[in-house]
Amino acid sequence: MAQTPKIAVAMTVNGQDVSARLEARTLLVQYLREGLRLTGTHVGCDTSQCGACVVHVDGKAVKSCTILASQCEGAQVVTIEGLAHGDKLHPMQEAFREHHGLQCGFCTPGMIMTAVDMAQRLGTPDEHTIREELEGNICRCTGYHNIVKAIDAGCHEMAKGQHRQAAE
Amino acid sequence: MTKTGIGASVKRKEDQRFITGSGQYTDDVSRPGHVHAYFLRSPHAHAVIRRLDIAAAKAAPGVLGVFTGDDLAADKIGGLICGWMIHSKDGSAMKAGAHPALAQGKVRYVGDHVAVVIAETLAEARDGAEKIIVDYEVLPAVIDTAGAQAAKTQLHDVAPRNTVFEWAIGDKAATEAAFGAAHHVTKIDLVNNRLVPNAMEPRAAIGEYDPGQGAYTLWTTSQNPHVARLVLSAFIGIAPENKLRVIAPDVGGGFGSKIFIYAEETVAVWASKKVGRPVKWVSDRTEAFLSDAHGRDHVTHAELAMDAKGKILALRVKTIANLGAYLSTFSSSVPTYLYATLLSGQYDIPAIYAEVDAVYTNTAPVDAYRGAGRPEATFVVERIIETAARQMGLDPADLRKRNFVRKFPHQTPVIMMYDAGDYRASLDKAMEIADVKGFGKRKREAARRGRLRGLGYSTYIEACGIAPSQAVGSLGAGVGLWESAEVRVNPTGSVEVLTGSHAHGQGHETTFAQLVSERLGVPMESINIVHGDTDKVQFGMGTYGSRSGAVGMSAIVKALDKVEAKAKKVAAHLLEAAEADIDFKDGKFTVKGTDKSVAFADVALNAYVAHKFPTSEIEPGLKEGAFYDPTNFTFPAGCHICEVEIDPETGVTEIANYTAVDDFGVLINPMIVEGQVHGGIAQGIGQALTEGAVYDASGQLLTASYMDYCMPRADNLPSFKLGFTETRCPSNPLGIKGCGEAGAIAAPAAVMNAMTDALGTEAVAMPATPQAVWKVAQSQQKLAAAE
Repeated sequence: MAQTPKIAVAMTVNGQDVSARLEARTLLVQYLREGLRLTGTHVGCDTSQCGACVVHVDGKAVKSCTILASQCEGAQVVTIEGLAHGDKLHPMQEAFREHHGLQCGFCTPGMIMTAVDMAQRLGTPDEHTIREELEGNICRCTGYHNIVKAIDAGCHEMAKGQHRQAAE
Repeated sequence: MTKTGIGASVKRKEDQRFITGSGQYTDDVSRPGHVHAYFLRSPHAHAVIRRLDIAAAKAAPGVLGVFTGDDLAADKIGGLICGWMIHSKDGSAMKAGAHPALAQGKVRYVGDHVAVVIAETLAEARDGAEKIIVDYEVLPAVIDTAGAQAAKTQLHDVAPRNTVFEWAIGDKAATEAAFGAAHHVTKIDLVNNRLVPNAMEPRAAIGEYDPGQGAYTLWTTSQNPHVARLVLSAFIGIAPENKLRVIAPDVGGGFGSKIFIYAEETVAVWASKKVGRPVKWVSDRTEAFLSDAHGRDHVTHAELAMDAKGKILALRVKTIANLGAYLSTFSSSVPTYLYATLLSGQYDIPAIYAEVDAVYTNTAPVDAYRGAGRPEATFVVERIIETAARQMGLDPADLRKRNFVRKFPHQTPVIMMYDAGDYRASLDKAMEIADVKGFGKRKREAARRGRLRGLGYSTYIEACGIAPSQAVGSLGAGVGLWESAEVRVNPTGSVEVLTGSHAHGQGHETTFAQLVSERLGVPMESINIVHGDTDKVQFGMGTYGSRSGAVGMSAIVKALDKVEAKAKKVAAHLLEAAEADIDFKDGKFTVKGTDKSVAFADVALNAYVAHKFPTSEIEPGLKEGAFYDPTNFTFPAGCHICEVEIDPETGVTEIANYTAVDDFGVLINPMIVEGQVHGGIAQGIGQALTEGAVYDASGQLLTASYMDYCMPRADNLPSFKLGFTETRCPSNPLGIKGCGEAGAIAAPAAVMNAMTDALGTEAVAMPATPQAVWKVAQSQQKLAAAE
């Protein structure tokens, strides 16, 4: 059988330029996990329902199990590993810890990436909106109670940060 | 209470790695040169394999090996086992059909393992599996739980009428007599729907063989790595225990489904030697639906005998429990000793008799899922008492109060000896938080908007801290259920705790450290909790049945007692005082009545330097181990109150209010306990309203993805209102009862009592999906119109 054809792909992941020759069918999540060993992005289902694989592509939350790596040619990709600034956690990461928004931790990277996207789009959404926005992220441990609290707090922290930046 | 000690809501130590994406789950582990396993699974629920031709698959690109049941048999690899013996009423042993890891001549459910293909890449393994030729002679499938015993088809030769056992508990004659004298009898028929556990991390395994050592290592998604090693070694025959290391790294949720020893890890570790490369298998979600052990699946008829004043006289129950196609590791214990022993609920019931028939069907094996038997028992008891109250025109809270157990210890008619509790206290507190008084007003207001509002109670009890070894042994358990701990104090005073428990979301790294911090006065950051590696940790029994606080932490307490005793001896020499005069508090050893003291870390250092005490009397070092076996189960209990609002035009249900008041005894970390309750409630609401595994008549699983099996999402659930009451558990040193399963145990009955209240009929089945609710609402409206 002929070798599966490979194509060249280049993108920026967590601020670093990366490139590889990949089978055309390689999903972004496979490239991140297996190619770049960024294993913080998880695979929890095969139907794009669970959201454990959410990353940011050009500033938007994307399920990395539902996009080919080759579709991200030239894109800016941010994964959970790229969210903190050095030792300083992102406010949404802090909020998840502060409000016990995680238990087993498996859905957490996707939850946090979704939550950051939610804050960027909606500012400080109310509880009802947060719950509806989480439709695409499944957690089996927390009953969402503390995830909702964490996202609410994280959104407010992010908004404060923007005010500070605007004032400076 | 110190800032980090028992009772403090300390933020979790484990969170740093999880919120930064640095967790190490099994699929994150990468071994040099590892290859991939793909299982060819049966597409039929029941079939004889007439021919299995693997020649073309073996020759496919990238394929290193293709193995079948014959290869396992040739290597004398045994079948999977069920570790809990149940005897039928007639004294006969349960009928355990052979359970090969790879099929031998027959498949018995869709997803059953036919062969494994090992290849360089997963894609090549899948492509290789496409080339396997199987001739199936399809047999009729047995699917229906209630109909399995009458089916013409038999799954296992050893099990006539597809019956695993016909078991009973309680006093039949006393129960019949009580029914004869009853003023009122309430009868109810219930189906406890089949669920799929759905930990978010799918099961996974990596097997690796080291020819130099002649030893295997297995990384696997396990709640109990030592039990996995014991079974893989002693029963399945992979390798002697000293030549098999099992590592369960970060595990992304278990809920029972990762207790069991499955075909996939058995084959992966065995095959690593066959192909001479580490072998990785990761379940995809559909495989998880097909092959993870499912939960629940009971069909029950129950009858409650009451006197004229609403005092319960007796309960009789007949349950048929579906155990699927094979007996999973602890499956037989779930519908028996974990179920019927809780049928007394929180009530003083003079006589109980329960019969449980367990049956084989052509479906995935069924075993423990969060609550394991106790949600099923609570559902029976709490649905029937609510129904009885409605039939007798009594207030359901009052009826419960009249029948609560008030004196402890209390011996039920079904084995359990309740040791402590105050059921009235949790009911009262829950009624206050839920504002039950204001419910009538809320119901009228909802009616004006065309909505049906209902309220339901669930005053549940569970038996947790699953243990005492002799007790469980007498009931058929193949193992003792104690727990182990080792506390290693390092020369610099930092501490490692090696525990036989295993955390997969429960936060042991924090709560266990809180205990050590409080006892030794050592800061949280100087304490490491080590678990999940059979090469590091002494034999332990693992985590399930809400046991890691009550049993696991008690073992740590015992080891800490020994560490303190030893350290006192060393301190006595350092302080030149008699051992009896040494006090230990807040990390300091002092001599009674003096200002002489020495810090814990200095004692630790001196224990290792060993210059200042006679080593003929005191051994150097500071490290102690303990095994702890409790004297009884623990009995967490409480009251959950659910208020629903139904739109009869669409069938959509909203959980308007959910209140949980639980008595878990002493709380180590209230923040973590609340999180456990939230998650349990969500799974219980999921069972009541959204989740259900559905097989069609031919045995195809119709709900095999998140497109078809409705996991509760954030917008299906409310924020929960929690409260706690406390009666100390007298059966362990910390007074802990356990909190991991309560929500899942209490919630289905609370929700369904609210649903049936709102809809005005008891005939509402789980899951009460919008379609099902709409149908009931419409027929109720027609009935009302006709009257």
